Amino acid sequence: MNIQLGGWGRYPRASCAVTTPDTPDAVSATLAALPDSIARGNGRAYGDSALNPDGVISSARLSHLLSFDDATGTLTCEAGVLLGDITDALLPRGWFAPVTPGTRFVTVGGMVASDVHGKNHHGAGSFGDHLDWVDLVLPDGRTLRASRDSEPELFAATCGGMGLTGVIVRAAFRLQRVETSRIRQRTLRAPDLAAALEIFEASAASTYSVAWIDGLAGGARLGRSVVHLGEHARLDELPAADRATPFARAARRPLTVPIDFPGFALSWPTVKAFNELAYHLPATGDRMVDLDPYFYPLDAVFGWNRIYGARGFVQYQCVLPVAESPLGLRRLLEAIAAGGGASFLAVLKRMGPASFGMLSFPMEGYTLAMDFPATPANLALLARLDAITAEHGGRIYLTKDACTTPAAVARGYPRLEAFREVRRRYGLAGRIESLQSRRLEL
Amino acid sequence: MNEIKHPVLIIAAGSDIGAALAQGYASRGCELILTARDPATLATLSSDLELRHRVGVKLVACDVVTTDPDAFFDSLGVVPGTVVMVAGLLGDQAQAAVDTAQANAIMATNYNGPARLLLAAARRMTSGTIIGISSVAGDRGRASNFVYGSAKAGFSAFLSGLRNAHFKAGLHVLTVKPGFVATKMTAGMDLPPLLTAQPRDVAEAIIKAQLGGRNVIYTKSLWWLIMTIIRHIPEAIFKRLSL
Repeated sequence: MNIQLGGWGRYPRASCAVTTPDTPDAVSATLAALPDSIARGNGRAYGDSALNPDGVISSARLSHLLSFDDATGTLTCEAGVLLGDITDALLPRGWFAPVTPGTRFVTVGGMVASDVHGKNHHGAGSFGDHLDWVDLVLPDGRTLRASRDSEPELFAATCGGMGLTGVIVRAAFRLQRVETSRIRQRTLRAPDLAAALEIFEASAASTYSVAWIDGLAGGARLGRSVVHLGEHARLDELPAADRATPFARAARRPLTVPIDFPGFALSWPTVKAFNELAYHLPATGDRMVDLDPYFYPLDAVFGWNRIYGARGFVQYQCVLPVAESPLGLRRLLEAIAAGGGASFLAVLKRMGPASFGMLSFPMEGYTLAMDFPATPANLALLARLDAITAEHGGRIYLTKDACTTPAAVARGYPRLEAFREVRRRYGLAGRIESLQSRRLEL
Repeated sequence: MNEIKHPVLIIAAGSDIGAALAQGYASRGCELILTARDPATLATLSSDLELRHRVGVKLVACDVVTTDPDAFFDSLGVVPGTVVMVAGLLGDQAQAAVDTAQANAIMATNYNGPARLLLAAARRMTSGTIIGISSVAGDRGRASNFVYGSAKAGFSAFLSGLRNAHFKAGLHVLTVKPGFVATKMTAGMDLPPLLTAQPRDVAEAIIKAQLGGRNVIYTKSLWWLIMTIIRHIPEAIFKRLSL
């Protein structure tokens, strides 16, 4: 059935032939029947990574947990299982995802394909670093189990491979032990970019770290940020009254954005005012917060992507090497502030070493992520940002991308040719394709 | 408010509504007995239920058309507290009109089989709840699916009588009449979104109706209004319509 689909940014959109197989075996027949296709999880990649008019294979029905080893924390599940469901099932037993992106509405398949990172990347690495194996269904009908030992190149191409190495149907990965559902959070204010970077460099020992950064502040306040550090709270750190129920989580009724906001809702003055509050309002110091609002603040508002209006939005996320970051980030922020493309959801974070995935995004350095309404002026701005990123030896995150160029990707991902070679060797090129893979010649 | 009696037996749990019901009951801590013609097809569902909700799940083979009802219930070794009959076959009306085997299969899967099994269930249960998934299609025969519709009409009448017969003894019977549901059964059909329920919503509505002691529910509830109107169209006019 043809359905109008977009990514989370709702830009671009395309009418796609969607099939929803109900078992891993059925995926193979579905693949064989389509000229070319791409797998789709819960549609949280921002751009066109999971769009293909010829065929989209939804993992919505591959949503079963298969086994869990309480001794090692190894979970085996189907690819369409949502991260939030894993947390609901296993947090009460003292286990939490090793790495979590900013939303719990992502599938396991999506986390592998994007090789997602979290606020603990500087210490824990990306999702692939905790992945034991994946089962991939290939267009020729085979199902291959790829791991570090078996089909290692296919495995390396799959982690961060944007779903282009076959349909991920099952995965096994290791969770981390936690003693409570709380996070000990420390909040620090950084009056400018240099201060923010200094805090990050001094906080390498913190398990989690992330900063909200003011994308509109210029001059002496350029890069002013609010940095949040976090640790999983230990049982003995909870108030005595809470120790009997260490994994309790407050029931939250999410708000819903029922309509597309009109364009003026996110105009320069409203965002400027928002950012003024976002910088000054958060109390600095230490406090105990629930894990859900700490990791997933935006999940409290269903359909928040609609605040950008019907035209949709794009997110720009890049990473720059450590040495290039002070200057490179300054140039990026100056270009953004000069562009005036209103954006208040902006994030800065220190990343640890790159992982083994051929197209895995993270590298040792700083990542900056920012949303922009999908206007012609902002799309032009993104091209300028691409140039700055490239000049400083950085790269952009394919999961957020909707409009970069093949040249920019080739420059940022030195192992792209090895990735293409794997795609050819396993009969994937031409058969597993997305609008993004075609646009970027992946 | 009634309570949900354990264990909950779901007959034809491999369907989308059956699987959604299994999740709904398991999330409330109910022990489950699930059936399918081939129980091996329920293995992933069962591991998922055990992992998510830490409830016991027993898998049993049952073909609603051929399984002997008394032998089936005796083999369970326990009298279920709740029985949910989800089995059904939409079939193909055009084929059923020319092919007796197809017509038989539709009649047997939607009426004979379920009714036989629920009679055997009612012989053993002195309390608890029997839930039958019928259909709005049973409210009036239409050219497009009257073999299916008439079997469901028979099943609705059966459930009504079963309720009447066992009410005094304390056995609760709930008739569920879903309209369109987005399932494998309707995959590829172009269904109107406002009238189409998700399996999870149907399951939640059923469990809520069980707890509330309801007799007959429509899912979505808008279908009650639609079917009330359709039932009241005079036959002289109805026969000329193509609904």
